[in-house]
Amino acid sequence: MTAEPRRGAAIGGSGGSPPRDSTALSGRPVRELTLEAVRRGEIGLPDLRIHPDSLEAQAVVAERHGNPQLAANLRRAAELTVLGDDEVLAIYDALRPGRSTPAQLTELAASLAGRGLPRCAALVTEAAEVCERRGLTR
Amino acid sequence: MAALPDQLPDQPAEPLVEQPAERPVGRIRFMDRQRVNLDGFAVEDPGLGLVALRSPGDPAPSLVIQDGRVTELDGVAEPDFDSIDAFIARHGLDLAVAGEAMSLPDTAFAHRLVSPDVPRAEIIRLSGGATPAKLARVLALLRPAELGLAMTKLRGRRTPSNQAHVTNRLDDPLLLAADSATAAAFGFREVETTVPVLADAPSNAVACLIGASVASPGVLIQCSVEEALELELGMRGLTSYAETISLYGTEQVFTDGDDTPWSKAFLTSAYASRGMKMRVSSGAGAEVLMAGAEEKSMLYLEARCVALARAIGAQGVQNGGIDGASVAASVPGGLRELMAENLMAMMRNLESCSGNDALMSESDMRRTSRTLPIVLAGSDFVFSGFGSIQRYDNMFGPSNFNAEDIDDFLAMQRDWGIDGGLRTVPAGRIAALRREAAQACRAVYRHLGLADFTDEHVELAVDAAGSKDLGETDTLAVVGAAHAIREGGLTVVDVVAALDETGYEHVAEKIMDMARARLSGDYLQTAAIFDESLRVLSLVTDPNDYAGPGTGYEPAPARQAEIDAIRQARGVADLRAEQAASAAAGLLTPTGPATPGHDPRDVVIGVSPAVGRDVWRSLSGLTVPEVLGELLAGLEEEGCTGRVVRFSGTVDLGRIGLAAARLAGSGIGIGLQGKGTALIHRRDLAPLANLELYSVAPSVTPELYRLLGANAARHAKGGTPDPARNPYSDEAIEARYHTTVIALMALERAWVEPGAPAEELSRKGLQ
Repeated sequence: MTAEPRRGAAIGGSGGSPPRDSTALSGRPVRELTLEAVRRGEIGLPDLRIHPDSLEAQAVVAERHGNPQLAANLRRAAELTVLGDDEVLAIYDALRPGRSTPAQLTELAASLAGRGLPRCAALVTEAAEVCERRGLTR
Repeated sequence: MAALPDQLPDQPAEPLVEQPAERPVGRIRFMDRQRVNLDGFAVEDPGLGLVALRSPGDPAPSLVIQDGRVTELDGVAEPDFDSIDAFIARHGLDLAVAGEAMSLPDTAFAHRLVSPDVPRAEIIRLSGGATPAKLARVLALLRPAELGLAMTKLRGRRTPSNQAHVTNRLDDPLLLAADSATAAAFGFREVETTVPVLADAPSNAVACLIGASVASPGVLIQCSVEEALELELGMRGLTSYAETISLYGTEQVFTDGDDTPWSKAFLTSAYASRGMKMRVSSGAGAEVLMAGAEEKSMLYLEARCVALARAIGAQGVQNGGIDGASVAASVPGGLRELMAENLMAMMRNLESCSGNDALMSESDMRRTSRTLPIVLAGSDFVFSGFGSIQRYDNMFGPSNFNAEDIDDFLAMQRDWGIDGGLRTVPAGRIAALRREAAQACRAVYRHLGLADFTDEHVELAVDAAGSKDLGETDTLAVVGAAHAIREGGLTVVDVVAALDETGYEHVAEKIMDMARARLSGDYLQTAAIFDESLRVLSLVTDPNDYAGPGTGYEPAPARQAEIDAIRQARGVADLRAEQAASAAAGLLTPTGPATPGHDPRDVVIGVSPAVGRDVWRSLSGLTVPEVLGELLAGLEEEGCTGRVVRFSGTVDLGRIGLAAARLAGSGIGIGLQGKGTALIHRRDLAPLANLELYSVAPSVTPELYRLLGANAARHAKGGTPDPARNPYSDEAIEARYHTTVIALMALERAWVEPGAPAEELSRKGLQ
């Protein structure tokens, strides 16, 4: 499933306040996600999935609360919202020991970078380098 | 083992250590039979990694930074970094504070962990610049009480919480739904399920989601299975968190676990991309069990895991041994190590889900000893899986605390006045929630064409204390339902629609409320839970502000009342009602003022002020008329006559007995308190110097009361009877009865009227 991110989420100031006008991955405003809408058959999974802008907003909050690594993770996650489930699982598998050659990882990184996922691409690039040195590539 | 000789040798024994086959003395044989001796205890062996806090193989802490790049980490130069070193070096450390943190002496660092004057934020800042070996050295210095104080200060979330395991041997959906509702009612804010049969996983997730939602909004649900399936269930909205993403402290074991730091980092992001909360799992013992500890201490290896957890961007860590808890517990200082692991996560500014989820001992005392310090200190989750079901139904293996222990845990919360996340639930509410959960689950399964369950099955699931109470069930139906959920692409939207269409609109609303609340992502922050108003409590929204006595988390009055009001608590009003229920109309009615007797065979039984009024049943369970009947019969057997006289001037049994003796023609009296304590007195003795006394009222039998009557008669006749012995019990008699005694004495005291004349009571109906 690939969904095009549209409008963003607005997280209140420090991140502690309740969401206002958040938007689902589908672009549907969260306030429209009602039981009535389910009854009308209007709600699908993309309406219940988090929007990358909400993840970015949470990354800002995590940074402010002393965890830049969590922020980096949430930003990688924001990139991954555009990928389908199968592709996400395939990339995970490619990063496991002995699954990929260094060249395949480099190629994967280039593909991710080319599709607007630079942070995920950087993670894969780093994996290619260290895993090759440690004998963890195919 | 060969049979041991029964007889000791004639010759003086050689030292026992040199003759292990020799039969030990009875005291040792007795000690050997205690349950703690079923546990395994290991000789410390750093070569195997069987060492808790510090091993000769642990590296000295070191950190070299050149041009903003780590070139040496804990004694390893950059070209030799293994994959774990490399990931931590690149992502896990705050190089801006590294110099300060690494040069701070270990004891000074440890002092700051404990001192209430050093705020949590300062510890977080410093720890960011400390290497794994540095934090391990610092934590190894803390004594148990210091670990507790540090935990109270350093956990991320102010409000402690708790997580439940909900599973059963059959993967029975109706029982899972009922048990999930029960867990949510008890206060667990995360419910973790798993399967004995992998294919059942989607069904378990749906059943637990429905059940928890019946009892409470906002309970997070996890189905712990193989990673791809777990992620798939989360992607469909059927689960809302994950925690079994394992990290290990050595590259070899990490690779054996079929992952690299980068695959785990990616998986962490994958969960977040689907809006799922996630924590990683690590803990002592895993590397030892896989013969891959590389001569390192458990604490050092866990320090690497936690540093990696922070580096990959996980919000939290489940550690404290987990499946390897009993490995840590087998070595000296092992429990200190387990608690230090939790603290390590807190120092790295991560959520701590603090273990206690594997039964680490056959001994109730040892397993309590392992868990209690963490419960008292308070953690983000004091258990990463309290077995809310019975031990035999726990498909993770028994937890350290299970359904068998829920009342114990509630009592411990109350004893210490602390919040362990649980609360008492009235029996009627448990029954109603279990029924609604099982019925709602059945309705959804039927509506979606997954399975059809009978009314009888629903009734069995509602009443069941565990899956053995269900009898034979159709386990193939479960597999079929799970298959249909998975292959049919069923999502949380389908579950919501089915609930709505089958009459469970309010449950459907709760799940939609939760789905909406999750979309802001607030619950992806560190240590996040939803409270029952769907507010997110996390490091961000509910930060721990402990700074010494009088600060930090204190249960709100309503919450404290929940903690205090366990269902077993009784007051005077409860006891008065119980006593009134035993009242016998027409018995023990006053017949007039008591007068001195002259017959040498006249024995007076003096009773306490509330007898025949508010007090009718003694602690042994016998009614007061039954007790009096036995006493009178005993007197008669020996040829004496008894009278029953109530003394309202005092509650003191010695004085009542003595006053009775002084009224009696024989000079012998029996004193009886309503609670059942009884004695024989003689008119010329001091009040406290009686002839015979039954002090342990709960254990006195009808036969013993009759014997007391007979002995009183023998005294009256001038004989010297063999005194009756107090029955002995090794049970906690005082714990069981003291609260009742206090209430009974309050009822007695209320009838005291100083100087009131003694009154004779009717003996009618007593024999």
